[in-house]
Amino acid sequence: MRGTEIQSLAIAAILLVIAFCLPYYGSDYLLSLGITIAMFTVLATSWALFSGPTHYISLATAAFFGLGTYTTGLGFETLPFWALILLAGVLGAVLAALVGLATLRLSGVYFVIFTLGLAELIRQVITWGQNMTGQKGLYVLTDFTEPNLYQMLVVLGAVVFLTGWLIGRSRLGFALRIIGDDEVVAAHSGINTAQAKVLLFMVSGAVAAMTGAILAPRYVYIEPSLAFTPLLSFQVVIMALLGGVHRLWGPIVGVIPFTLIWESISANFPNQVTLFLGIVFLVIVYFIPRGFAGLIEKWRDWAKSKEAF
Amino acid sequence: MDIIIIGLLLGGTYALIALGLNLQYGVARIMNLANGEVLVAGGFTAFWFYTAGNISPLLTIFIVAPLAFAANWLIYRIMLEPLVRRAKSRGQLEVDSILATFGMSFIAVGLMLWAFGGDYFNYSFLAVPVTILGDTYAQNRVVAFVAAVIISVLLYLWITYSRSGLSLRALSVSPQSAGLVGINVRQRSAIAFALGGAITAVGGALISSFLTLDASAGVAFTLKALIIVIMGGVGDVRGTIIAALLLGVVETLVASLIDPGLTLAAAYTLFILILLFRPQGLFGRRTS
Repeated sequence: MRGTEIQSLAIAAILLVIAFCLPYYGSDYLLSLGITIAMFTVLATSWALFSGPTHYISLATAAFFGLGTYTTGLGFETLPFWALILLAGVLGAVLAALVGLATLRLSGVYFVIFTLGLAELIRQVITWGQNMTGQKGLYVLTDFTEPNLYQMLVVLGAVVFLTGWLIGRSRLGFALRIIGDDEVVAAHSGINTAQAKVLLFMVSGAVAAMTGAILAPRYVYIEPSLAFTPLLSFQVVIMALLGGVHRLWGPIVGVIPFTLIWESISANFPNQVTLFLGIVFLVIVYFIPRGFAGLIEKWRDWAKSKEAF
Repeated sequence: MDIIIIGLLLGGTYALIALGLNLQYGVARIMNLANGEVLVAGGFTAFWFYTAGNISPLLTIFIVAPLAFAANWLIYRIMLEPLVRRAKSRGQLEVDSILATFGMSFIAVGLMLWAFGGDYFNYSFLAVPVTILGDTYAQNRVVAFVAAVIISVLLYLWITYSRSGLSLRALSVSPQSAGLVGINVRQRSAIAFALGGAITAVGGALISSFLTLDASAGVAFTLKALIIVIMGGVGDVRGTIIAALLLGVVETLVASLIDPGLTLAAAYTLFILILLFRPQGLFGRRTS
């Protein structure tokens, strides 16, 4: 391990402790904002783990998230909470594997289209199931407080960052970067491209489902249209891209400013959030294709080159 | 039997929408996720003309088509061409165009919400019964179907037999080679994209005469059109039409026999079957 790596690890650890301790020094408002930011950081970072190197855009985060919420909603009376989180992770991975096996063998477009409607598909099926059994939404009544849930999210976030760092150093991460550069080359150098993509998509799906499982108690009452809201998928994509998906720390640089602006827009102009989302999409594509992380790196290089003179 | 006919009538309009998308994706190489919003905009225009001036949607399409053509041409020239030029590979263009058109679709939904509000809109046009093979159907559906068939047939003939249609087909096979044989790739791509938008908007105007739409209804149509295009095969007019009719029938069967809330599930079932068994499309040939 090189000196710079130890340095970045130390900084990451300090930031993590500061984030973890937020409930002890922050106000209620700050904590509720913290939960939103922690949730999107986990979702966007895990999204970027898969979509960053491969350039496959997944629009299915809401499907995995909803799956997790329903796991908690249906099981919180029978199983301990930690088991539910793990179970949600397993279910998320299985769903991701099914989707991946059906679509990732083929070109990226099939994957995008499939994930675009996946949340809506599951929502329709659950709503139908509820109509058949005459059941409505689910109440999730637990003893967990907001600080508990927040800290669980931060721990999950730490696990995601660690996983991402390990994957980046592993053969799998290397394989994925090659796939992202040129899939034909990757296949010819003996990489099982479909397998690598499906594996990483499973990681991403499992994390999103676990996030949903952790946050279910916060909603108290869950129903399909709430748990599977498609907007969530789009928010995650935009935050990750805004931050930059080529760096592990990229998405969080997008999550924080986006969440703050989003909160203020949805409080003041609730009808314009869609318009805002669209504009940010275009800004990313046309002006900052490498996100804030790309901009930061550019400035750093520029500063370095000035020093050199 | 009546279910199948209703399904075919619905599928006829789907075919029109999917043909528009197929032109945009197959020829201009733009995976247009804002396709559904163009449809809703076409529907809004028809609604507006009908309620304000009592003008029949069948006449409105002659206004909608040139407007949508011009708007889509400008969108292609201004917004999408820079992406085509900057893309190093087809994969990168796909990612860029997906994100850009996705952003445009959100902006379109936002603007339509702002302009028209979030209400559902529908109007009563030719809501009189008509009898076919002993069963009765709403006349507006039949009229929309006939109009869709006429437009699809014209498009098919134009693409298959005219010289300009030939250049579009060449473009869909390979833009590089098309350029080598003297086809103006940029201009033809812009025309294909604009024509696709115009056809989709006309489809929207027709569909609004019998379905209820709202500002955010677009994405469901985009999804269906995408599934149809993949089922029928990219760049394949005949395959698209058959896939659209199939989807219309399957959807109507599920809606009337199981539950109207499961239409998307029906579309997905077809989609999964295609992905697993015929990813090259119903009539496509397997390429390496």
